[in-house]
Amino acid sequence: MSVMDMVIQAVIWALEILAIAVPVALSVAYITYAERRVIGWIQVRKGCNRVGPAGLLQPLADGLKLFLKETIIPARANKLLFVGAPVLALVPTLVAFAVVPFGETSLFGQWERPHVMAISNMNVGLLYLMAISSLSVYGFLMAGWASNSKYPIMGSIRSTCQMISYEISMGFGLVTVMMLSGSLNLADIVHAQAGGLLHWYMIPLFPMLLVFFISGCAETGRTPFDLTETEELVSGYNVEYSGMWFATFSLAEYGAMILISLMTSILFLGGWYAPIPALDIIPGTVWLLAKTSFLVFVFIWFRATFPRYRYDQMMRLGWKIFLPWTLGWIFVLGVFIYTPGLDHIINFWLAWR
Amino acid sequence: MLESAFFNLFAGLCVISALGVVTARNTMHSVMFLVFCFFNAAGLFFLLDAEFLGVILILVYVGAVMVLFMFVIMMLEQKKDALKSNVRQFLSLGGLVAVLLLMEFVAASSSGVFVHGAHATAAHLGRQVNNTEQIGQVLYTKYLLGFEIAAIILLVALIGAVVLTIRKRKDAKYQNISAQVKVRREDRVRKVRM
Repeated sequence: MSVMDMVIQAVIWALEILAIAVPVALSVAYITYAERRVIGWIQVRKGCNRVGPAGLLQPLADGLKLFLKETIIPARANKLLFVGAPVLALVPTLVAFAVVPFGETSLFGQWERPHVMAISNMNVGLLYLMAISSLSVYGFLMAGWASNSKYPIMGSIRSTCQMISYEISMGFGLVTVMMLSGSLNLADIVHAQAGGLLHWYMIPLFPMLLVFFISGCAETGRTPFDLTETEELVSGYNVEYSGMWFATFSLAEYGAMILISLMTSILFLGGWYAPIPALDIIPGTVWLLAKTSFLVFVFIWFRATFPRYRYDQMMRLGWKIFLPWTLGWIFVLGVFIYTPGLDHIINFWLAWR
Repeated sequence: MLESAFFNLFAGLCVISALGVVTARNTMHSVMFLVFCFFNAAGLFFLLDAEFLGVILILVYVGAVMVLFMFVIMMLEQKKDALKSNVRQFLSLGGLVAVLLLMEFVAASSSGVFVHGAHATAAHLGRQVNNTEQIGQVLYTKYLLGFEIAAIILLVALIGAVVLTIRKRKDAKYQNISAQVKVRREDRVRKVRM
């Protein structure tokens, strides 16, 4: 490989990364707008409607405001980790998008075989997503510790406990998906669900869909589980942050929300396939993004309608309800797959037999 | 060429961050260096087409073990003076280990394994060879006994940890959540005629 080839490869990688990162950043901005409008609608008020037509320029105004604000670093804080923590929280979320397949394309019939639209269509995509999404906990932990203040450290300990607890049930939920699809590759998992609504994994794995999505909600610290940033802690791990560094935390939170929605649509809701095979004339990416947007809407809906969990209730839900449920469902699936007489029921969804 | 460039990047960062773990004054910085070191080791696994091992390294060590390390360190009090006064105490033992390791490294590097052209270059297999499947097939057949023994040891450790930490305190007010949810208005509100 000559130097020229390496340069071309580097440019292609850079373009691929930009093609994912820029839309993610933009959709984060407009999800904050959608959130305010939807919550306004649910609470029978207007929401933001002043800046620009129907308030559409509000995210830009917010961004400008946060950008121009002064970033205050407390005198007794650990400067290096204080500045590094928001970046540590954001980077894993963005890096995780590298394996997400956004659809399949044959470039308007120019390629013989359709290619999967992902930066890296790797064999262990599912494990990679689990591994990378477990890393953003460092950002929250560091933010609390480096601030050298009471409330942030309480908030960061809470959020770490919450993330570690819910990761376990999330991981076991993913095991059931692996058992049906027989693959860790995200594109293969979607292919295993081809053929319409009945083939989607939400039918045999419906409890796992609920567990996965609710755990995702806890993982991102969204509302029923936002006890990491409650009023009694002033606002949790990010009390001492201001300006752009504060915005980086919310960027990470909304990015993780998009990621969880994408994962749920890919793993349980048939990815880029239409509910009825005849509707596959609409491009797959549109279907995937439509499912994702619906799930993002569900996140916002949760926020507007559910009261917050208490800490002990949150721990009980993760360890005493979700964990036994997921372990039980793995057992049930195993019995169904290997018992003669029962296996013809599960064979309908089993891709590897 | 690109591969050796990436190898040098990962291996170099791995060594530098490992040095950082030992030399950093602040224990929190040490932990972050160790996390970075694990990351680069995972990168080396990726270069060898062992993506399963690389991802598992990140998932288990970075995602779980190091978080617990960090939790423990956060709870500890950091005394910088105490660290300095202990240097002399550990110097002899540490020095001995360092000298022994250095001798081993020198012996290994002069044994001819690392001469030019004798690099263990892995032949790259196609995407259809899935190393998750390959590992699974030997792990559950050839090495089943060792795998099961490891599993039992982990189970014993798990139960041991639960047994050691569980204790029912008489004075704590445990909350029964299902009882809390089942409460109706009649249980709490009493109409009083004044």
